[in-house]
Amino acid sequence: MSATVLTVSSGKGGVGKTTTTANLAVALASKGQKVVCIDGDIGLRNLDVVLGLENRIVYDLVDVVEGRCRLRQAMIRDKRLPELYLIPAAQTRDKSAVSPSDMVRLCDDLRSDFDWVLIDSPAGIERGFRNALAPADLVVVVTNPEVSAVRDADRIIGLVDAEEKGPARLIINRLNPALVKRGDMLTPEDVLELLAIKLLGIVPEDEFVIMSTNRGQPVAFDGKSRAGTAYQNIARRLRGEEVPFMDLEEKDGFFHRITRLFKNGGDGK
Amino acid sequence: MSGWLDWLVGSKPKSADQAKERLKLVLIHDRIDLTPDALDKMKNELLQVISKYVEIDPGSVRIQMSQEGREQRLVADIPLKVASSRKRAG
Repeated sequence: MSATVLTVSSGKGGVGKTTTTANLAVALASKGQKVVCIDGDIGLRNLDVVLGLENRIVYDLVDVVEGRCRLRQAMIRDKRLPELYLIPAAQTRDKSAVSPSDMVRLCDDLRSDFDWVLIDSPAGIERGFRNALAPADLVVVVTNPEVSAVRDADRIIGLVDAEEKGPARLIINRLNPALVKRGDMLTPEDVLELLAIKLLGIVPEDEFVIMSTNRGQPVAFDGKSRAGTAYQNIARRLRGEEVPFMDLEEKDGFFHRITRLFKNGGDGK
Repeated sequence: MSGWLDWLVGSKPKSADQAKERLKLVLIHDRIDLTPDALDKMKNELLQVISKYVEIDPGSVRIQMSQEGREQRLVADIPLKVASSRKRAG
């Protein structure tokens, strides 16, 4: 087994990086994949609470890096799925406690035991982001269809290219079909044209995300909600399946256009 | 269907269209790390240098950023005044 190290990034905070990381981890693990996720946001950890594992932390990423525990001891196993693990961030330290080469070494140790190592990058473009980027085989950029998030996503995509970790793939999160239809939200086509990268998935705005996060039960656990299905679909695409974009609005032709867009842009470069 | 209605009411451009247009410009300058002001200055200096060697018509010059995927390109279209007419005159 040799894991793919996937880093979830965005530049701007609050676009849904941690939610995306948690849900992709759950979606991949529910398909029988062995998954470990690493919270890269040292000092502001949240992946634990989004996954509902906050009460089980004993050791963290910095403990591993500084040799206070073995790697295995810092891995929290999610009891709901057989092969889902979390390495939490330290809460009382800062990003300088870990270096990019620490992260490369750590991920190399994990590769042989997992299918996926998912890294939740912190917001910003400084040390924490560099740490998350260094071991990445694949970078997924999360954005919202709004000006500040798209602008910051462009910056991240540029930095990923510069580090020769590209091309990054894009997840458009919190798309509101009604606003798009009214002409008051950027369409996925607009965002893709502006950023000029390949689309990995579109996650619609969905109150189930908030409700499930309240419970510490990521929405991807059951694929009945629209967002849950979207995450499941992204997980399938990550595994190389061709999955058309779902019909978020059946009566309208809009999402059929998106489907076509994916089919045209989905293969090759 | 609502197109003529919007027209009747005198509608503003859709906010999403404005977002896209604004982002297009912002991303161009972000990517090359050059402010619109500095870009203008560069264009003017370029024209000064070129006109030291050949005669150009500043009014018909077009220098703009173009994009191909994530690649930015500075495209200049600078029509030159024909030298033969000058020769004939001299």
